[in-house]
Amino acid sequence: MPFSVNLGYQHYVFADLKTLLAKATPARSGDVLAGIAASSNEERVAAQYALADVPLSHFLNELVIPYEDDEVTRLIIDSHNTQAFAPVSHLSVGEFRDYLLSDAATTESLQQLAPGLTPEMVAAVSKIMRVQDLILVAKKCEVVTRFRNTLGLANHFSTRLQPNHPTDDAAGIAASIIDGLLYASGDAVIGINPASDNTQTVSRLLHLLEDVITRFDIPTQSCVLTHVTTTLELINQGAPVDLVFQSIAGTEAANASFGVNLPLLAEAHAAAQSLQRGTVGNNVMYFETGQGSALSANAHHGVDQQTLETRAYAVARAFSPLLVNTVVGFIGPEYLYNGKQIIRAGLEDHFCGKLLGLPMGCDICYTNHAEADQDDMDMLLTQFAAAGGNFIMGIPGADDIMLNYQTTSFHDALYIRRLFKLPPAPEFFQWLQSSNIMDSQGALFSGELPARFAHALSLKGQA
Amino acid sequence: MKELNTQRDVWQVLREYTPARIAQGRVGVSLPTGANLLFQLDHARARDAVHCPFNAAQFASDYRAKFSTEQAALILQSEAADRTQYLQRPDLGRRLADAQWHKLRQTANNAQPFDIAIVVADGLSSAAVEHHALALLEFFIPAVHAQKLKLAPLCIATQARVALGDDIGEALKARLVVVLIGERPGLSSPDSLGAYITYAPRRACSDAQRNCISNIRSGGLSYQQASDTAMYLISSALKKSLSGVGLKDESVVLDGQTTTHIPFFKPSK
Repeated sequence: MPFSVNLGYQHYVFADLKTLLAKATPARSGDVLAGIAASSNEERVAAQYALADVPLSHFLNELVIPYEDDEVTRLIIDSHNTQAFAPVSHLSVGEFRDYLLSDAATTESLQQLAPGLTPEMVAAVSKIMRVQDLILVAKKCEVVTRFRNTLGLANHFSTRLQPNHPTDDAAGIAASIIDGLLYASGDAVIGINPASDNTQTVSRLLHLLEDVITRFDIPTQSCVLTHVTTTLELINQGAPVDLVFQSIAGTEAANASFGVNLPLLAEAHAAAQSLQRGTVGNNVMYFETGQGSALSANAHHGVDQQTLETRAYAVARAFSPLLVNTVVGFIGPEYLYNGKQIIRAGLEDHFCGKLLGLPMGCDICYTNHAEADQDDMDMLLTQFAAAGGNFIMGIPGADDIMLNYQTTSFHDALYIRRLFKLPPAPEFFQWLQSSNIMDSQGALFSGELPARFAHALSLKGQA
Repeated sequence: MKELNTQRDVWQVLREYTPARIAQGRVGVSLPTGANLLFQLDHARARDAVHCPFNAAQFASDYRAKFSTEQAALILQSEAADRTQYLQRPDLGRRLADAQWHKLRQTANNAQPFDIAIVVADGLSSAAVEHHALALLEFFIPAVHAQKLKLAPLCIATQARVALGDDIGEALKARLVVVLIGERPGLSSPDSLGAYITYAPRRACSDAQRNCISNIRSGGLSYQQASDTAMYLISSALKKSLSGVGLKDESVVLDGQTTTHIPFFKPSK
């Protein structure tokens, strides 16, 4: 169905919903690369005007990727909760923005609304929201998940400890883990990106992580971020798998390029849940996403990258994940050109994911060929925390020596804790205090190693 | 560097186990000045590696001096006009302009059929190519000759992505193309070179049809190792008439690390 709008002397027509969404989306190099971006600033705003008038209910009738062609579309439509949708079913996209910002939209009402929203509705409203809108509404959303601790509580902030090493060397990884724990990092997960996808390697790393968690008695969970089929194989071999990791995207074809589909994810979800390794809950999935992945796999169907990213959250939502991480600056400048695009994308992803009911974290990151630097990361980090983001990455000195990109450091997390007075997950915070790493005010220890670590480690020059 | 009241980390000895930036200490909760400036320096070098133009003419003359018995190198450019466009339009960096394509085809028509075309490409790090490409060729070109394989004239390409090698190899009618290209620079490795091998190169080859040898640099893979691995893959590719996932699947990939021992962990109870 075509959409049109008059602006002054200019009459703008947009052929269908996906064209309208693509033209309305804030500037992204990836949409330019795909040939679907607005051709002028005015055309972009014209599309935003037209989009603001589209009824939310229209998104249930006009699908950006056909139902017959795509299992993600089928998942979105088949799992839509009409009853939950009822309170906003009469609103247009523009009115929906006003509702979200109004005092009528509370933490509770937004939680109840989540199953009634589709990714395309949420993506649409984000396109007509400014950064401050994205922050303010997301801050109202609270998504709590549990495995060995409680993540996502309001006014808390968590970190994934990411101890990567270019050759998966055990001592090298352990050294980064010790550094991270002593900097109070690791409540969201201790998660390794392995350099090798070899099953033996992944198994060795899983045992290493279990040893560390047991040795120091840490209320947290581990993950080795390998392909879901490798994790399934290791579950069958009896390896200590806490969480199942998988990269996912917003179209069936893009997921196929990752070697996954919905039945495979369901199988892995059930297998990990059957292990019953959680202590306070059983959210066992860890998903990563990122704008541009579908285009990169040549599987975008002419839909803009931000809408597709939000469709990936429909996939995540089907499996009650512990963690969803938008890896916002990793993919490179052909999708997100500079700091400005990365910052807005990170805040959009967080907002859209939260509104759909997901425990959103953000890998606040950049590559060296993007027009971005540490100042841009500081801005996104500060804004993400202000928006109530669930977790970020923590690595030594912001430098990932395996994946060759920069993400947030242990120090960065401490900056946020101090600036906004945000402690980690309660169980982990207790552990930090009983281990004498952090006091109840959030101040880090100084001087000699805390006893728990002094007993377990033999460092040269120390008794 | 003079620093005020830095809180030193007492586990600094762990630094010998990893190149990661551990035990950097802190001032309050923040990075000390020295560590902060070191990061800025490393990022500046990585940025410069991306943006410093590759001096193809200089490389061609250095090549001429080192390999006086080889044919002179050909200098090519992708359809990406400059670095800004190159970074935003990877599709253009994969394409050779028609005029250059036809010139290469002419070269092929006037010669014995080529087995191997070598492309030296700037990719995302001109520093990688300038530091390592010639040194690698000193191992690799003699190894190619030892196998009695016919080599096309060396192609030097700027604003190039890996897949530009497909156009070049196809135009030269080479059985196989080897692209030596600057990899995405890391903060601690701004000059890492990659080698991509593609059998039967032609436009629209997919990445699954390539074999990659990564991390060629000081502190990474040595020139000798890289050249040996490349020759092994090339021989198999020519024998089996394929490259990429199919080749890799037949090699036994094992966990490179066999030890699970962590020297600084005391034995568990």
